[in-house]
Amino acid sequence: MATHPGGLTGTRTVRTRDLRRGFGDRLVLDGLDLEIGAGEFVALLGRSGSGKSTLLRALAGLDRDVAGSGAIDVPEKSSVVFQDARLLPWQHVLDNVVLGLSGPDAPQRGRAALAEVGLSGREQAWPHQLSGGEQQRVALARALVSEPDLLLADEPFGALDALTRLRMHDLLRELCRRHRPAVLLVTHDVDEAVTLADRVLVIDQGRITVDTTIDLPEPRSHRQPRFQAYRESLLRSLGVETEG
Amino acid sequence: MTASVLARPRTSAAAVPARRPRRRLGPGRPLPFGAVLGPLLLLSLWAIGSAAGWLDTRTLSAPWTVVTTAGELIADGRLQDNLAVSAQRAGLGLAVGTAIGTVLALLSGLSRWGEAILDGPVQIKRAIPGVALIPLLVLWLGIGEQMKIITIVLGVFVPVYIHTHNGLRSIDSRYVELGESLRLRPGVFLRRIVLPGALPGFLLGMRFAVVGAWLSLVVVEQINSTSGIGYMMELARQYGQTDVIIVGLVLYGLLGLLSDGAVRLAQRKALSWRRTLAD
Repeated sequence: MATHPGGLTGTRTVRTRDLRRGFGDRLVLDGLDLEIGAGEFVALLGRSGSGKSTLLRALAGLDRDVAGSGAIDVPEKSSVVFQDARLLPWQHVLDNVVLGLSGPDAPQRGRAALAEVGLSGREQAWPHQLSGGEQQRVALARALVSEPDLLLADEPFGALDALTRLRMHDLLRELCRRHRPAVLLVTHDVDEAVTLADRVLVIDQGRITVDTTIDLPEPRSHRQPRFQAYRESLLRSLGVETEG
Repeated sequence: MTASVLARPRTSAAAVPARRPRRRLGPGRPLPFGAVLGPLLLLSLWAIGSAAGWLDTRTLSAPWTVVTTAGELIADGRLQDNLAVSAQRAGLGLAVGTAIGTVLALLSGLSRWGEAILDGPVQIKRAIPGVALIPLLVLWLGIGEQMKIITIVLGVFVPVYIHTHNGLRSIDSRYVELGESLRLRPGVFLRRIVLPGALPGFLLGMRFAVVGAWLSLVVVEQINSTSGIGYMMELARQYGQTDVIIVGLVLYGLLGLLSDGAVRLAQRKALSWRRTLAD
């Protein structure tokens, strides 16, 4: 993990210092410091309005119109997965996957990426012919086909049903094990965070308030007592009281 | 097994008070040969009117007279010659006008400077009827082919511009954000996101443009012309030949209908990725 190529200084991939972002008078990120190691899977939890999406968009460089200050250090090769699959409806599935690629081997790499997410044979389908889960898998293939050093995911499974979401968790974990990007997964789902992440952060009022390393053996499951302990402590820091 | 499955809805229908079938909100399935139904109806009204003697042949020739006249015009080659001249004018004007309209729409849609400089003049042109410009164009360019084709170009580029610009500006901003997140080069962004995104608007503009090209043609060919369908009709007016005038009108109608149909076909082929009310 520490020898991941393309990392910046040492094993650190992402680093922000004193990050501030505001909309009007409201400061959404308030001097936020964040570090993510190369190949590290970090989940970011927070209530709605806590600034988690603002942070992700700042890291993705998609907040040009937002006022703010602070230093951001992210790898050149980073990809974003949005909450909606955001496939171009006028391009076939394969063309969507290779949208950001150039070079003669692009179609071949696109096909391999589609095979990895279990969509071999659907290369020439239109996006509207796929189910919501399949569309999000295409979006994952599009994000990973460029072999990014950082994967930024903004509630990527938020619009999926519970069963599909569980299957997507397995797929994402498998893909990350193979490609080893650093991941920042923004989510409001505590179970998702504990299941997938090496480290879980809680953001509140524009600052990181909790930074927990999840030390659980794979495969992780709700039945592990320490899973429940992590879950309850994280829920508490999100201001949700659990019984017991 | 099958019987019980089939029987079930009937029993439940008896148990529950009869439910009204759900109202369909879309227009439903396309009718077979739906596109020709309206024109055929019009044609039969005309035929019935002529046969019954309600229509004076000096005012409006009967459909069969028009067909015979058309046959004679084809036999002596006048129709083809005039049609070829007209089609060339319309085609050239359409091609140039479409190119200008598209390029202006892209410039004005993708850059604020382009919009500031181009959009106003196009809107002003839009408010001036093509016919009103003809005196000026005649003074500038004479009465030759140049004037005719430029008149058609001026009629064609406006709808192409308006609809392409509108289509381009209504591309979902989420796709622009996607392009930014993938660091697309401007050329790729244009080719993969902007052009296909603006295509529905462009094709709608083309539907107005093809018909507009024929309309402008009528106007320019009836003024100072020595060839073309419009000239043929103008000549017929001087000799009081309603049948020739109607051959010209029918021809204009057919050409408009056919070219609109061609664009609609292109629309269906090019926009097969869409699922809309029509499907």
